[in-house]
Amino acid sequence: METVYLHHETDMDGWRDAARRLILAGVAPYDVHWCVRPTEESIAQGEIFAMPSAESVPDTQAPPAKDGQQLMVSKQFVELARMVILHCATDRFGLLYRVLWRCQRERGLMRLTGDADVARLHAMAKAVGRDKHKMKAFVRFRETVVEGRPRYLAWFEPEHHIMAAIAPFFIGRFISMDWTIMSPRIGMHWDGKALQFLPGGMPEALPEEDASEALWLSYYRHIFNPARLKLKAMQKEMPKKYWHNLPEAELIEELIAEAGARTQAMLERPPEAPRRKIVGYKRKPD
Amino acid sequence: MQLKQKLEILADAAKYDASCASSGTEQRNSRDGNGIGSTTGMGICHSYAPDGRCISLLKILLTNFCLYDCVYCVNRVTSNVPRARFSIDEVVELTLSFYRRNYIEGLFLSSGIIQSPDYTMEQVVEVARVLREEHDFRGYIHLKTIPDASPELLARAGRYADRLSINIELPTAASLSSLAPEKDGVAIRVSMGRLRERIDASKDKTHTGKRPPRFSPGGQSTQMIVGADATDDRTILNASADLYGQYRLRRVYYSAFSPIPDASPVLPLQSPPLVREHRLYQADWLMRFYGFESHEIITGEQGMLALDMDPKTAWALQNRAMFPVDINRAPKATLLRVPGLGVRNVQRILSARRVRAVRLDDLVRMRAPINRMLPFIQLPDHHPGATLDATSLPAQLKETPAMPQQLGLFL
Repeated sequence: METVYLHHETDMDGWRDAARRLILAGVAPYDVHWCVRPTEESIAQGEIFAMPSAESVPDTQAPPAKDGQQLMVSKQFVELARMVILHCATDRFGLLYRVLWRCQRERGLMRLTGDADVARLHAMAKAVGRDKHKMKAFVRFRETVVEGRPRYLAWFEPEHHIMAAIAPFFIGRFISMDWTIMSPRIGMHWDGKALQFLPGGMPEALPEEDASEALWLSYYRHIFNPARLKLKAMQKEMPKKYWHNLPEAELIEELIAEAGARTQAMLERPPEAPRRKIVGYKRKPD
Repeated sequence: MQLKQKLEILADAAKYDASCASSGTEQRNSRDGNGIGSTTGMGICHSYAPDGRCISLLKILLTNFCLYDCVYCVNRVTSNVPRARFSIDEVVELTLSFYRRNYIEGLFLSSGIIQSPDYTMEQVVEVARVLREEHDFRGYIHLKTIPDASPELLARAGRYADRLSINIELPTAASLSSLAPEKDGVAIRVSMGRLRERIDASKDKTHTGKRPPRFSPGGQSTQMIVGADATDDRTILNASADLYGQYRLRRVYYSAFSPIPDASPVLPLQSPPLVREHRLYQADWLMRFYGFESHEIITGEQGMLALDMDPKTAWALQNRAMFPVDINRAPKATLLRVPGLGVRNVQRILSARRVRAVRLDDLVRMRAPINRMLPFIQLPDHHPGATLDATSLPAQLKETPAMPQQLGLFL
């Protein structure tokens, strides 16, 4: 049994190097044990938060090994691996290795979306993609002032290891703002120039109030049409597990409860003559 | 009037526009500037209201004062709803402060017609200009354009906006002239045609290889109100097919007419079932992504889509001679016609069957809705046999009618 120690939860470099060596040495998937054990050195270098980059994944042009044996890696595998490594399932490293191992022996394996292993990779990649998408959507900043500059703080609880992978999105969008996003496992702070990762935190660190939040709640309340309730559609896209971090979610119960009566009132109200003087509109002559 | 009150009135005034999409535009970010904002290809829905609609943009009217008297509209001149008007700076500030907190992808700005179509359009365009030029705002902007506004103003709108829209409102000219007397169906189509020309031109490189000026990179869309008049689904779908074909719209939105405050007595009291709107969207999808023609989708004399069944299943039941489809041999266009089989799973099947025959287990693991598909498909380990021709099949495939929302359970 061979044990591979990865430096952090999304250590694509470590996984790739080990996987390449093991495949070429012919070590079967059931003979490898994968685990994450940060070294002191990697912690000191902040490496544990490194982002998996395009270059750090094995590619099809991998040089042949000494004995002329070449690693077979398809583009589909590389794309999936980049997502799957962010998943929270602890067996993801082993699963990726098993699929890579099978790819060396089964032609076209990655095309078989109905294969149990490949289907699982797709499902995991999809879950990671959804988690990333929902984080882009549901992070809510509150504004506060630190040392005379506005700073935007948010608390979010992603399901998977997506913090580092999502950072470029928030940097590209809010480049000139000072912002901090905290989560239980890890936080990140952008000061307008550089990104810094922080240890995980607690939601209590958020500012109590925000000047615009009341306006946002007003907007949410009034953009809602009480004459159409589609609760399933809402919950499908905005599951309850996110609600406790969304300020507007506190209105949902009340809006639903009032909807029936509001609609009934609209229907029952007799038509009313206009209270203003109406001047007929004249289309401009052509 | 306080900002909060204006926001309430002008969000109330905007909510009957179904679109809130932030998709389809170019990808941008702010890395090389001092501004704010970015766009993604697929758009982001930042929240959902209990009406099931996505909240992606700050969707408001600049003002709900309006000279027109469209009977279906909450803002028509003869309605007694409270009125308000934002200043340009108020909209700009509201958009930026919502954007900084990550509440929204951008702004969807529309307006009642005040003074004149040109005056109104100028104000709307000015909001977009200030956001783009003075604040270097790179988020999404959707502007509702006013068909009677001058072509120069439409051209300016397209420079700042990611998407433009003109609402067709009603599927037929007769309905439009009876329900929206000041609106001119011909003018609407002329404006759509102009927009299409500019959108197309902005995508072509000139012969010198220069890039033409930017113009509404997310294209144009429109909205049709369903159920405010007696128009049937067939007429609606034909109108949509025509709009997609002639003006290359990115989206036609269907908005089931719903009760509004201070409604006109001319309107029907009963709103159409929401599921009708849903079926129209499904049919719309079949036309755009599944190769269906509008006349194939509705064949009955009634001219209406079935409410208790999705339109693809309904079509398949009427064309059972075409089935069962052999999943391992049928061409792509045929696979797309199998009930329950979506575009993505069709791709996966095409890819997988080049390696080996696809079996029932494969479809299950692809998470295809297997029960709906089984009567219509053939695999090495499955043949529908007599089930395909059974007279009981339509009853089996009916969707159970939506239960009245069980609020107790939900909360």
